[in-house]
Amino acid sequence: MGLDFTVVPSYFGVLLMGAGWTIAITVAAGLLSFFGGIFFAVVALYGHWAIRLPFRLFAWLFMGTPLLLQLFLIYFGLIQIGIDLPAFVAGVIGLGLHFAVYNSELIQASILAVDKGQYEGARTLGLSRLQTLRYIVVPQAVRAVVPPMGNNMIALLKDSALVSVIGVMELTLAAQQAISRTYRPFEFYLAAAACYYVINLALEAGLRRLERRFQASR
Amino acid sequence: MPDTPFIDIRHAAKSFGSLEVLKDINLQVQKGQIVAIIGPSGSGKSTLLRAINELDPLTSGEVWLEGVQVNKKLSHSQYEKHVNQVRQDIGMVFQHFNLFPHLTVRGNITLAPKLLKGISTEEANRLAEEQLAKVGLSEKIDAYPSQLSGGQKQRVAIARALAMKPKVMLFDEATSALDPELVEEVNLVMKQLAQEHMTMIIVTHEMGFAQDVCDRVLFMDQGVVVEEGPPDVIFRNPENERTRNFLRKHLAAQK
Amino acid sequence: MDIDLILRVYPFFIEAAWVTIQLSVLTTILGLACGALGAAARMSRLAVFRWIGAAYVSVFRGTPALIQVFILYFGGPQIGIQLDSFAAGTIALGVNIGAYMTETIRGAIVSVDKGQTEASRTLGMSRWKTMRYVILPQAMRMMIRPLGVNINALIKGTALVAPISVVELTYTAQRFIGSTYKPFEMFLLAGLLYMVIIYVAGQGIAWLDRRARIT
Repeated sequence: MGLDFTVVPSYFGVLLMGAGWTIAITVAAGLLSFFGGIFFAVVALYGHWAIRLPFRLFAWLFMGTPLLLQLFLIYFGLIQIGIDLPAFVAGVIGLGLHFAVYNSELIQASILAVDKGQYEGARTLGLSRLQTLRYIVVPQAVRAVVPPMGNNMIALLKDSALVSVIGVMELTLAAQQAISRTYRPFEFYLAAAACYYVINLALEAGLRRLERRFQASR
Repeated sequence: MPDTPFIDIRHAAKSFGSLEVLKDINLQVQKGQIVAIIGPSGSGKSTLLRAINELDPLTSGEVWLEGVQVNKKLSHSQYEKHVNQVRQDIGMVFQHFNLFPHLTVRGNITLAPKLLKGISTEEANRLAEEQLAKVGLSEKIDAYPSQLSGGQKQRVAIARALAMKPKVMLFDEATSALDPELVEEVNLVMKQLAQEHMTMIIVTHEMGFAQDVCDRVLFMDQGVVVEEGPPDVIFRNPENERTRNFLRKHLAAQK
Repeated sequence: MDIDLILRVYPFFIEAAWVTIQLSVLTTILGLACGALGAAARMSRLAVFRWIGAAYVSVFRGTPALIQVFILYFGGPQIGIQLDSFAAGTIALGVNIGAYMTETIRGAIVSVDKGQTEASRTLGMSRWKTMRYVILPQAMRMMIRPLGVNINALIKGTALVAPISVVELTYTAQRFIGSTYKPFEMFLLAGLLYMVIIYVAGQGIAWLDRRARIT
């Protein structure tokens, strides 16, 4: 059985829709991982120990185990405790939490690296601790880690392929559907890879622009 | 002149473990007065300045501003509220500017007035324009700190402090981190404030500036005020041997 | 938590962990080989090699590893490459991590001070001798830690062969979740084994790093 790419065009619609879902998942999980990362970082640094401790355990588990395993836990675990979420939501939560933990590590280190003078400058003006954190420290810490968080976003895009395994409709699953009808895995997985590659290029270009935009304000 | 001083520091002492950095310091400043604090590094002059707005709280002693005790003993949450309140009345300018790099010049100046005084964005913008005009940097209103020279940064920092309409301004070696050719532009702004009778306490290494601008000069060494008086006396005819030594070395080094 | 169940199924997980370890070791070896070749290509004097190296890095880092595994395992037979799932998984993951390692290795070499090259060339050493005796020994030390980061990611990445039914830790966990409906216990069991493997690998890398820094 040789290769025959002529079957691919008739499934363009399916692949395109899959690509659309992949982008939607990446954006949704990306936002969750960004705000979740900030939240986790602040909790990990300033939270009460009764919150900090379980959080450390959670971060430790999430950083030491494969994403795919975590997706199984979240998808089947939620069903187990009686929460039957659509696969899409479970996938976004799984991806989002996974990368939130990684972002949180970056932001924590970045918060600790904010110059002491910034706290003094803010406190001298009369800002409270919370205001200093909210308006001065966190915005600076986040800006400083835009490049590595961008790398996490790129990793997230590619890892979004994993949610196909728990049945979330996206690019990889779309390719699988086409394959189940045509029995042409090579052609369709390659086509899917090409789509990922293009989305990845666009994301990288977008992140570079973002980095440049924040250059002056650092 | 009213009887109660505008700023009243009584028996201020501070120690880090067994190291005493301030030993029983008393300082009264009247409204509109300009006081320079000079002395070798490690003399405690910056620590004293930073105690006035509770950045480095005293171990013992009292700091009063216009009849209000700054370093009141309060429960933690009340203390926080109180300190945030009084700090709004005490402007401070740092050696390393401490501008917020993620905000524009406008953002730096308007942040605290908007957050703490609840003024509108338009009003805050007007305030920023007004303060920037005063320090001669109107055209930099939308620049980021990273796009400014050291002297410009420090002038913005002064404008930021002034925008809170403070009752007193503290300067902690405001020109020490600047290249020599940028010092004058900052000095000019400070002189202008002096002419407007802003109450100021200035920790400085610049004897010439202290002599020109200040009403009183304190010489500190090893945590105590060794000598104080009008600039003419301190600089021309100091009584204390330590003051003379310091000035001789310092003036020689500056040449 | 169902301790009885854990005690009953853990031998299966130990066996699966052994597969994960084999996958990890083989992938690391293949990845290092691809990484070294890739870095050499990326830094070659010949534009063709530089272009091939850049394309390798861009394509394999720009697409999901899972898709790469699928292409080789499911699509391979179409172009005459018939591999069992373990071999296909190992090769796909090794070539994939090799693209990341290419950049790690190249980064370490580039980070060696330019003055070192200039000094060596001034002494009359050839380009190759300079690389072999001056640059690489210094770069080696600098690449151990970042390669350790790659290896850490790779160990977790071996889970990607679960969808092609290699009986490793994640596949085993998935299978037992399906038959026992105890996702949390199975996650913990597999997760702890992953962390043990990662911990041991991390210790090994730290040991190498310390040893390299003595000289």
